[in-house]
Amino acid sequence: MTSTTVTIIGAGQAGLSMSRCLSERSIDHVLLERGEVANSWKTERWDSLCLLTPNWMTRLPDGQYAGDDPNGYMTATEVANFLETYGAHVEAPVIANTVVESVRPTDDGFRTVTNNGEWVSKAVVVATGACSTPRIPEIAGLVPGNVRQLAPIHYRNPDQLDSGRVLVVGASASGAQIADELARSGRAVTLAVGDHVRLPRTYRGMDIHWWMDSLGLLDERIADVEDISRARRLPSLQLVGSPEGRDIGLNELARNGVDITGRLVGVSGSTAQFSGSFANSCASADLKQGRLLEAIDEFALATGLESELPDPTRPSTTELPAARLTLSLDEVSTVVWATGFVPNYPWLDTNLLDRKGAIRHDGGVMAHPGMYVLGLPFLRRRKSTFLDGVGFDAKELATHLNDYLANSVASPMRTGG
Amino acid sequence: MAITESPTTNNGVNIEALLGARQALTDAPPAAAFTWRGTNTWVSGTHSQTEVNGFFGLGEEQVRQSGGHTVSTDHPEHFAAGDEGSTPVELVLSALAGCVTAGVATVAANRGIALQSVTATIEGDMDLQGIMGIDSDVRNGFNNVRINYEIVADATAEEIQALVAQSQKRSAVFDIVTNPTTVNVTVS
Repeated sequence: MTSTTVTIIGAGQAGLSMSRCLSERSIDHVLLERGEVANSWKTERWDSLCLLTPNWMTRLPDGQYAGDDPNGYMTATEVANFLETYGAHVEAPVIANTVVESVRPTDDGFRTVTNNGEWVSKAVVVATGACSTPRIPEIAGLVPGNVRQLAPIHYRNPDQLDSGRVLVVGASASGAQIADELARSGRAVTLAVGDHVRLPRTYRGMDIHWWMDSLGLLDERIADVEDISRARRLPSLQLVGSPEGRDIGLNELARNGVDITGRLVGVSGSTAQFSGSFANSCASADLKQGRLLEAIDEFALATGLESELPDPTRPSTTELPAARLTLSLDEVSTVVWATGFVPNYPWLDTNLLDRKGAIRHDGGVMAHPGMYVLGLPFLRRRKSTFLDGVGFDAKELATHLNDYLANSVASPMRTGG
Repeated sequence: MAITESPTTNNGVNIEALLGARQALTDAPPAAAFTWRGTNTWVSGTHSQTEVNGFFGLGEEQVRQSGGHTVSTDHPEHFAAGDEGSTPVELVLSALAGCVTAGVATVAANRGIALQSVTATIEGDMDLQGIMGIDSDVRNGFNNVRINYEIVADATAEEIQALVAQSQKRSAVFDIVTNPTTVNVTVS
């Protein structure tokens, strides 16, 4: 058994940021990592994946992007290398290949049991990320057995898949990108589209994330949004990071030969069934996009940027394909479930979780004193999961954690169980 | 069509009560489990009546103070019937429009938009070769449904479009019509 002050679970961008913030305060800690630093980026991302945000939007505590391509988009491998270099730079005490099996409160802190020994600590930071366990809808169980099914964390490249049509379910960043790549490789692809967030890669000559950053949207805090649970559930943006600044909205995908349908809502025998609500999904996405571009134009006018920018050219309305409600799965070789992720914390007490298994927290402060979580969507701000945002959350939570440690030394905490 | 003589931002919707109910059901999910029901009685020919009153929800059986409602369905004289009520498929269209319009009023109230008038026209295309058993490749139900809204309100065109879009997202009947539903029919 090893004793430390803070146990951080996970050594990705969130865990490393917290490590840097704790070191700054000379708070003793370890990072328990199931694989190696940046494990998800190394082992659970497809070959061509690039960040959605441009490189300059990489501002970890004491870890800014310093390369020569600030407007480019790092590949997953480059992100992994960046985080490895960052971890070494901040001297993060990472214990690799250590899988956490349970975290339980003790009389004066916590005991963390792993496959590689036990740690006792005064505080725990959960930094395992939001993209580890794919959400696979129940209807996956109805898909005929001869059809291969996989999630984006298991997808690598088009050559990995058998010949035949691929049904990609979900049109957020992952689904849209995978459908785009498969279609460009010559595959027959059907993309099932539910609610989605449509945005152009660039608007009036600037990256859309530059605009969102400039407008302060990424800095929005919990109190700034009307419905935080909806903000936390918002699908990822229909964007891809590519050197040519390519768009992968439904119009572009359709032009590249992707067969577009509504949301997958059923499987009956060997027939996939799609929702008739597709027109409204597209109308909603077009309206939402329009509101953001309108806000950008108003911002440009108000700040005087207007004179330096090309005139606004609004993306055209989403063209609705002929309504088709079914697809024979006889011609489908593979289904890719790009349907998001679910929380998965079998090593935590269930009283720390809500009824859907997500960690209950108030801006990252968990229900049990001394426990924190970092790196979840809109944890404290809209950019909480970004390489550009997690560091700000880490700083604030490190302050809270520091105060907690100071107080718990003064008056020993009573554990509630 | 719903007209309020002096438009107010609540549009006749008790938004505080609805938001309170939403919070209550968030805190106690089992109370959100509802069962709706009706009793349909054949009258004559294609004419039948459906009575609705009780339903299960909020954890217990509920009864309306109004004593309930009765809906007649029949076919028009063009099908050699008595036309004692709308056709069942027109009732589906009525339900769909009624549900989306209710949503428009509620969403508008929640967004502080005063409605002056809301009119929806709804059409469903159907090829009768399906229900007549003439062509097995033709489905029985609608092959296309269109709704058009004319809304006068204190809001921009985009805000009004957003009301209609959000209302569809939260509409039960829109979901029922656009997505498959398992139906089990038994005989006792």
